[in-house]
Amino acid sequence: MTVRTDLLKGNDGFMKSRSSIIQRIKGTAVPYAYLTPTLTLLTMLMATPIIMVVWYSFQSGAITDKNPHFVGFDNYIDVLTDPKFHTALANTVWFVVLSVVAHMIIGLAFAMMLNASCLSTFTKTFFRTLFVLPWLLTVAIIAILWRLILNPNGVANALLSGLGLIEPHKEWLADPHLALAAIILINIWAGYPFFMISILAGLQGIPADLYEAAEVDGAGPIRRFWSITLPQLKPIIVSMALLDIIWTSQQFALIWMTTGGGPLNKTEMLSTYTYKLAFAKYAFSSASSSAVIVLILSMLLAFFYVQSQRARD
Amino acid sequence: MLTKKQRAVLTRIFTWAGLLIGASFAAFPVLWMVSSSFKPNPRIFATPPKLIEEGSSFSAYLSIIHDPEKIRFFINSYIVALSVSVLTLIVAILAAFAFSRFEFPGKRILNVVIISVQAVPPITLLIPFFGLMVALKLYNTYHGLILTYMVFTLPYAIIMLTGYFNTLPRELDEAAKVDGTTSFGALWRVLVPISVPGIVSVGIYTFMIAWNEYLFALTLTRTNDMRTVPIGIQLLMGQHSYEWNEMMAMSVLGSIPVLLLFIFFQRYFIGGMTAGSVKN
Repeated sequence: MTVRTDLLKGNDGFMKSRSSIIQRIKGTAVPYAYLTPTLTLLTMLMATPIIMVVWYSFQSGAITDKNPHFVGFDNYIDVLTDPKFHTALANTVWFVVLSVVAHMIIGLAFAMMLNASCLSTFTKTFFRTLFVLPWLLTVAIIAILWRLILNPNGVANALLSGLGLIEPHKEWLADPHLALAAIILINIWAGYPFFMISILAGLQGIPADLYEAAEVDGAGPIRRFWSITLPQLKPIIVSMALLDIIWTSQQFALIWMTTGGGPLNKTEMLSTYTYKLAFAKYAFSSASSSAVIVLILSMLLAFFYVQSQRARD
Repeated sequence: MLTKKQRAVLTRIFTWAGLLIGASFAAFPVLWMVSSSFKPNPRIFATPPKLIEEGSSFSAYLSIIHDPEKIRFFINSYIVALSVSVLTLIVAILAAFAFSRFEFPGKRILNVVIISVQAVPPITLLIPFFGLMVALKLYNTYHGLILTYMVFTLPYAIIMLTGYFNTLPRELDEAAKVDGTTSFGALWRVLVPISVPGIVSVGIYTFMIAWNEYLFALTLTRTNDMRTVPIGIQLLMGQHSYEWNEMMAMSVLGSIPVLLLFIFFQRYFIGGMTAGSVKN
């Protein structure tokens, strides 16, 4: 898209203004041309499904019936008054809050260690690779691996009971008192590296002269951490935390492949609750309204995320 | 009061202690996965647990390699993940160029839409996608999975690449345009070649997303010849007996591609992650 400006030289103002309008139109068309594939995909695979799922949620017998009919908010009332939904919501909140706080603390601690000035480059690279390992495994693999480790006859029980900390043969994933804690532990292990990497990058971006100035003023390491490191990292931590809340609240595979939401719904999350409604009970209408509720909650979180990004610009 | 020297020694000791505790927390489960993949199945839960059990061998790996159905899971995962990476990059480079170098009506809104779209829960899309893929005759096909995954990779890739392009001075492509190249030429001949680090890291990340995806792979495929690795591993479970050593061997094999990508492209990877998400 080039506009031949050489023809316009020496022309009168009228021609100039006309051509500039054409140029403006052409100029506007160019970025849209670049965006066409993206807009097509997002319309077809994002906007359409969202409209569909909202549409299903107001029908009775969506997908399964030949002629589903409009029932207003009935499905929403059904879901919102379902005690299992309340359980799933409460579990999801616990799961998210504990996971994200732990991701943040572990991620920050590991990043600080990897950034320590007393280590050689080789040491840093070596440990960074080790610390990042959980992030490189697929959720499905993480689930299977921890089922092996937490098996009643598995290595976790052998080590912990060997140290005299617990009774032998604990059923970590099948005991109603332990299952949620076990799943949170697995998720903490699986998710901290993302924080770690981002915070590490942030640490390396903090100007060294800030620390030098603080040292001259006699600030100790703890003081430097609280008054330089944390404030400098705050924007990263806030946006990472929001992203992590969004992702963790949507976690499905990890729960599905370890406990399936059991025992006694102790680990049922909004995602597994919705999935079971749709693909175990074939109650697609109720499942759709549950899915829309989850969407609304996620969009609220996304709104805060966008705000936090705006604040950083 | 500690002297400077004592303090430095203490810092060292604490750092190393922390590193070792952290490393065992991070790496022990992975080490256990690898060691279990070599154990004979009856010795998986032998007490006391040992890293190297007697009778360890490659037999679990060999039985996977000699089973065409299991090899097929890997081939499927590669086909889908590589296609998703390449297609996402092409579409995202074009979009990121528009965001980075042009002003147009609706830019702000579109930007917010692309950021927000990342937060749409997969479970919300799953139900309509199921209907949509059946209607489009894409149920249980590669195309269906590839298109599905692009919805999840594209927003991220656009945001990252826009951030990356924004760090490159406009003079670069302006200069190319002055020489009579179109903006498209400036993008492919000037901007893309110097953005290789960013493009590589986004490519790796999209590959990982596609390689790891579970929920849609479970729901949008029906036959074993279309299943990907995460579902393949699950199929090893729950039949009659648990072939733990085979499951672990398949997990190791399933983790190797991502691990190698990370080791070879670490610098790009970490650099690329920060280009998009950290603004200095």
